[in-house]
Amino acid sequence: MAYRTKAVVMDGSAIDRALTRIAHEILEANSGCGTIALAGIVTRGTVVAARLAERIERIEGTSVPVGTLDISFYRDDVATRLAPEVHRTDIPFDVEGRNIVLVDDVLFTGRTIRAAMDAIMDYGRPASIQLAVLVDRGHRELPIRADYVGKNVPTSRKERVRVALSEIDETGDSVVIEEEVAG
Amino acid sequence: MTALSSRHIISMDDLSADDITLILDTAESFAEVNERRIKKLPTLRGRTVINLFLEPSTRTRTSFEIAAKRLSADAINMTGSASATVKGESLRDTAATLSAMACDLIVVRHSYAGAPHVLTECMDAHVVNGGDGMHQHPTQALLDLFTMRRRASRLEGLTVGIVGDIAHSRVAGSLVPALLTVGATPVIIAPPTLLPARPDVLGAEVSTSLDEALPALDVAYMLRIQMERAEGMPFPSLREYARFYGMNEARLAAAKPDMFVMHPGPMNRGVEVSSGVADSPRTVVLDQVNAGVAVRMAVMYLLLGGEGGGAAA
Amino acid sequence: MALLLKGGRIVDPAVGLDRVADMIVRDGRVVEIGEDLSIPKGVTIECAEKVVVPGLVDVHVHLREPGREYAETIASGTRAAAHGGFTAVCAMPNTTPVCDTGSKVRFVIERAEETGVVRVHPLGALTKGSAGEALAEIGDMVVEGAVAFTDDGHGVTDAGMMRRVMDYARAFDAVVASHCEDASLAGRGVVNEGVVSTRLGLPGQPAAAEEVQVARDLRLAELTGCRLHLQHLSTAGSLELVRAAKERGVPVTCEVTPHHLFLDEDAIGPSYDTDLKMNPPLRTAADRQALVAAVLEGTVDCIASDHAPHGPHEKALEFELAPFGTTGLETALSLVVTHLVHPGELDWADLVRLMATGPRAVFGLPEVRLEAGAVADITVIDPEARVEVTKEWFVSSSANSAFLGGTLLGKATDVLVGGRFALRNGKVVD
Repeated sequence: MAYRTKAVVMDGSAIDRALTRIAHEILEANSGCGTIALAGIVTRGTVVAARLAERIERIEGTSVPVGTLDISFYRDDVATRLAPEVHRTDIPFDVEGRNIVLVDDVLFTGRTIRAAMDAIMDYGRPASIQLAVLVDRGHRELPIRADYVGKNVPTSRKERVRVALSEIDETGDSVVIEEEVAG
Repeated sequence: MTALSSRHIISMDDLSADDITLILDTAESFAEVNERRIKKLPTLRGRTVINLFLEPSTRTRTSFEIAAKRLSADAINMTGSASATVKGESLRDTAATLSAMACDLIVVRHSYAGAPHVLTECMDAHVVNGGDGMHQHPTQALLDLFTMRRRASRLEGLTVGIVGDIAHSRVAGSLVPALLTVGATPVIIAPPTLLPARPDVLGAEVSTSLDEALPALDVAYMLRIQMERAEGMPFPSLREYARFYGMNEARLAAAKPDMFVMHPGPMNRGVEVSSGVADSPRTVVLDQVNAGVAVRMAVMYLLLGGEGGGAAA
Repeated sequence: MALLLKGGRIVDPAVGLDRVADMIVRDGRVVEIGEDLSIPKGVTIECAEKVVVPGLVDVHVHLREPGREYAETIASGTRAAAHGGFTAVCAMPNTTPVCDTGSKVRFVIERAEETGVVRVHPLGALTKGSAGEALAEIGDMVVEGAVAFTDDGHGVTDAGMMRRVMDYARAFDAVVASHCEDASLAGRGVVNEGVVSTRLGLPGQPAAAEEVQVARDLRLAELTGCRLHLQHLSTAGSLELVRAAKERGVPVTCEVTPHHLFLDEDAIGPSYDTDLKMNPPLRTAADRQALVAAVLEGTVDCIASDHAPHGPHEKALEFELAPFGTTGLETALSLVVTHLVHPGELDWADLVRLMATGPRAVFGLPEVRLEAGAVADITVIDPEARVEVTKEWFVSSSANSAFLGGTLLGKATDVLVGGRFALRNGKVVD
């Protein structure tokens, strides 16, 4: 199936501004960074989490623990689809009693977040789980909502949202909506 | 690549180098799970795994059972003896019965070579060979590779001495082709009474002297000696065996400084491995046991995830 | 009843015959062979493009009756023999119970007369119960009709016992047929010891397990003067020993099987096909070639099938548990024609020597010559008939053939036993 770019919804500076705002919102909601930890969902959620952590440290002057979460083994469609690549999960902090902020690039059906919550719970009993995403494109299939959103982007189901981040993508920072090309 | 090229794991000959890498990489993720406080994943919820063990083996069966349960599969153990199938139900009848129970994956351990292949002919389930006669024991070879890769940080170029009862060992039967596939050099070391008829066809180097082969080894893999045999012992005494083919402190000192010692367990201390060596940090037997669960989780996940085989996206 | 075999190529080297001619059979005997013959009334069989030979004999057949009638009976086994072109078979004594007394020999002969469609010549056991411990009543069995003696299925372990058997058999001028296998060397072996045993992790039997007993029995034949027939030889070394012994004048004959001539151990792969499990096991390609060479040079006296039927539930077991043996009666002729006659390695006269004259000579069975006055045991072969070897094609009660799935060229179309049809137009006649 072929896709073509329909619209660029965020460029590098828009992403920067959104992340800085989210960092402030997280600190405000949790009265500082004393009890929080970030858990980025692979692959691009990990990058977003690292950028948020860096901003929080810049603002507060203390570092916040960051982990990596691969939810391949928690997905509800394992039976029909294998994850393209399984990454190592790395949660270098005690989950027990913490306020965990799950971080992902795009929030869509909510199924990935459901799997991520299960994964986090297997490490212990957090005080709370919050959710930060760069883009919320709608079409939820589960009763899940984000606590911190970079940008709400209305889309149709057939469209695709592509997030590029300079750490892993050659194209640099952008959020693009793509639509199917007929034929 | 994201899926195995084979829908069963019967023999290491079925697995390509890419398959092996995929299994070992996936096993690394599961090894992390096994270090958590809650060592359980919902991955294979609702799938049924049957451990059909027609030959006594507590260690391997337990390892497969833990692997299945950590993935939330329903694991059912069926034990018996292969000889009972002679008198009563044949293996094919057993397979038909298990098929009717709609199991998704069957692990089979059997005293006779080729039994797992029989199951693939009469069942739809994925079949994992948990050891068949003197033929193969592929998950053991995979966990051994996993352990070697972690310890030596590579597989390619390693020289691995496999010492002992090569002729009757399914561990050696799988490990030799596995090492060749990943670019390592297997050297089989045994008295001629414990070598197979045509060691040359295995593709391994052959030596009858551990002391001569020792200096080149990066890994010394000591096979377990079977203490009782109907056809008579293939060497004069355990003492003599230990003297010529056992791993002891003196041999450890003569080996490369970073050479390490492996054993599929259970060890006969003082025979294949001296007690001092067994407890030394250069012996990685417990790492092998740990790796066993992770590797078997990876195998089950890769076979049962997707639609198995090459069909997965 | 009179029969006219019209226009066939009649081949019998014993009478120097190889020409297209007609043959008249009347009252169970050959009456006349010549050109443009006719009969006033009776049956004419069109034999143009076919080969007419003395009836073929298989000297190594397991009929399984009494004891394992689910696998084969004398009735079904003789029908399979007719289907394969044979007018007579020699029945091995390893039934249940073992055929080791005169009355058990008599049973086989009487059952064959009642239910068989070709001739059956039983062999008796060498030792009681084929247990290798005490002499069987060899004299009694000779009187009742046993044509030779064997403990086929395994070797006679004790050399002293074998010597005693051979000494005693000489009193009755009986032939001792030997299955050569040293149990202590063969062990639990289920395939040839070598490449395949190593690859598949199966216990192997070394070639030496056979050759050690071949050498022993040849020496004992020299010592005792007993006539020795070596059964289903499978290795180059065994044939080497026989060649040397024949040169020394030892009274020895030997047989090889189609499966050892046309298959080798490389056929056994990771599917562990139990139809390829036989004893002696399939050997190496080099052994196979040595066997073919020995057939071509004349060291081998006859080709025998070692027809060993087994029920599907028995062969469906794990390789190490399944019984040894492949069926062979119905494929032997077609295999020899396909692999040796069509390529020009053997001519039809050689085939007659290996499958008709040779087998009769081995056990001293009555001769059959294609000349006036001879008993009309005759096989008619269509060299161009195609045979698809499928389970359904077999007349035998069992289908455990090592050659399933193959296509062969050449088969028997008609078989006459004493002038009576056992096979007509490819169909067994009851």
